[in-house]
Amino acid sequence: MQRRTLLASASAILMALAVPAMAQDEPLKVGFIYVGPVGDGGWTYQHDLARQAVEAEYGDKVETTFIESVPEGADAERALTQLALAGNKLIFATSFGFMDPVMNVAAKFPDVKFEHATGYKTAPNVATYDARFYEGRAVIGTIAGHMTESNKIGYIGSFPIPEVIQGINSSFIHAKKVNPDVEMKVVWAYSWFDPAKEADAAAALLAEGVDVILQHTDSTAPLAKAQEAGAIGFGQASDMAAFKPSPRVASIIDEWSPYYIKRVGAMLDGTWETGSSWAGIGDGEVVIGEITDAVPAEVKAEAEALRDKIGAGEYHPFTGPLNKADGSEWLAEGETAPDSDLQGMNFFVEGITAQIPQ
Amino acid sequence: MIDPLSIFLLLLSASTPILFAALGELVAERAGILNLGVEGMMIAGALAGFAAAYATGNPFLGFAVAALAGAAISLLYTLLTQVFLANQVASGLALTLFGLGLAAMFGKPFEGVKAPPMPDGPFGINWIVWLGLLMVPVIWWFLNRTRRGLILRAVGENHEAAHALGYDVHLTRTAAIAFGGAMAGVGGAFISIATVLQWTEGMTAGAGWIALAIVVFSSWTAFGVLAGAWLFGGVTVLQLRLQAAEVDVPVQLLSMAPYLATIIVLVLISARQTYSRKAGGAAPGSLGNNFHALR
Repeated sequence: MQRRTLLASASAILMALAVPAMAQDEPLKVGFIYVGPVGDGGWTYQHDLARQAVEAEYGDKVETTFIESVPEGADAERALTQLALAGNKLIFATSFGFMDPVMNVAAKFPDVKFEHATGYKTAPNVATYDARFYEGRAVIGTIAGHMTESNKIGYIGSFPIPEVIQGINSSFIHAKKVNPDVEMKVVWAYSWFDPAKEADAAAALLAEGVDVILQHTDSTAPLAKAQEAGAIGFGQASDMAAFKPSPRVASIIDEWSPYYIKRVGAMLDGTWETGSSWAGIGDGEVVIGEITDAVPAEVKAEAEALRDKIGAGEYHPFTGPLNKADGSEWLAEGETAPDSDLQGMNFFVEGITAQIPQ
Repeated sequence: MIDPLSIFLLLLSASTPILFAALGELVAERAGILNLGVEGMMIAGALAGFAAAYATGNPFLGFAVAALAGAAISLLYTLLTQVFLANQVASGLALTLFGLGLAAMFGKPFEGVKAPPMPDGPFGINWIVWLGLLMVPVIWWFLNRTRRGLILRAVGENHEAAHALGYDVHLTRTAAIAFGGAMAGVGGAFISIATVLQWTEGMTAGAGWIALAIVVFSSWTAFGVLAGAWLFGGVTVLQLRLQAAEVDVPVQLLSMAPYLATIIVLVLISARQTYSRKAGGAAPGSLGNNFHALR
């Protein structure tokens, strides 16, 4: 412990000596902390691709470092402090659970800018960013509604939090639009990444007669199970191209590159400001992966038309009339959901019979 | 409403990885080895098995390679605990951390590719599931009805007495550790080759720790391990199935159940040790202790 403190303070002193001398030619240092391993093939993998995109875009002007598999909680504070002490001027914290550590460390390093994914707390040097995944869910929900023959769609949820509930509601609304008989079965895995459990969850859904599986967990296990049973599914977070053309008939890809490039660019020309970004298909942050030939051409065309309409801002996936599952009115005819409703979403829409665990 | 047969079929495959790992650990623990490196050996098997299955297109060859890889990485533990007489708990934890890191490093080229499909065995149940079920009576028979099994148990119960009788404690334990590694490797490979069909870092997601709990739950018997694996696997399957069928049950309660059962079994075991005249404690007497002939 003492040795570590010594090392840390020694490097801090060296840094303090070194920085003023070479400030002119120093590249901008950008740090990242990831909640999972870069090889998870999903969430963290996509963040790391965006980090590489930043390097490709700005070349010698930036220098990036990342720390992977950082547990949410106190350890994150240590990792963030380490990055800040190492001279990183912009630090991306890529998981919801890093929120309070980011706020604490940001208070100690007012000169360092922080970007926190999917959180809701900001400060003069802390901005938040998120993606409107529910826009992508509307597109794959449309495909799911057309493709199901048993009229039962399964959804593997991770945790009952607003982001996941938005996805379930959005895909159900759009599946029902094209197929009024459709039913949605929901199973919570209580994990973002547990391949064995996700496989069991998929098997449970298939045993209930589901033939299309949507997932909000990060492994390919549900796709493997779907393939065994002759059902279909969708890539989540990354493209999951290995399962093309079926069972993976389309995918929702998290594309963080545009945002990361924009924000690093703002740092470089000194225009960085705090804020909350929540971008979707239109900004290229949510991308629909190739819709394969396993989907009939007219369904594919319909899904792509919906994608383009959402992207152009002509259509909002949560447009009334919509009721909550308990029958009470949520949105009137033509009304669209305000962001505040979505960010705190804790109810299913009418037609979903499953309960949200409390 | 929920067909029990379908639950049972789901349970069989859900419990297979932990069944293999726990059976292997059972044999090691009966020889007096407490190897906490199960998770590390599983992930090594998951990667090596997947790589071999992918490269050759033969999933069965993948399982063979997984067994070898699990046994190979367990040699490190053998070196630490049998040659250098390092603490078993610390060495086991080191093996888990080492295995996870090693697999993550060598796994990079195998990300995003898919394993070859596995042919179904009899009744549409995977061959490896059958193998796991077969291993239960085989291990019971080995431990309780063979001379070598008796020697292995003697080494685990009292290594000094076994040594005095002329049995090679280190050799027996080395073999038991390697067997445990091979079984854990196959269990891990079942996840990568038969369940997920892809390699992802950290994909065993704690199954090795559940296997350790099952061995305790079983009170160190082969059929107890089977019961434990089915209980742990079955509860997972059941709670997911109940959710899918929209039966309103508190998920947390069900997830907690196997651990609760383990605690109850432990209490019962210690009660039996305290109050019964038959002093047949369940845990092997020399479990977790290293042996040195000159001590």
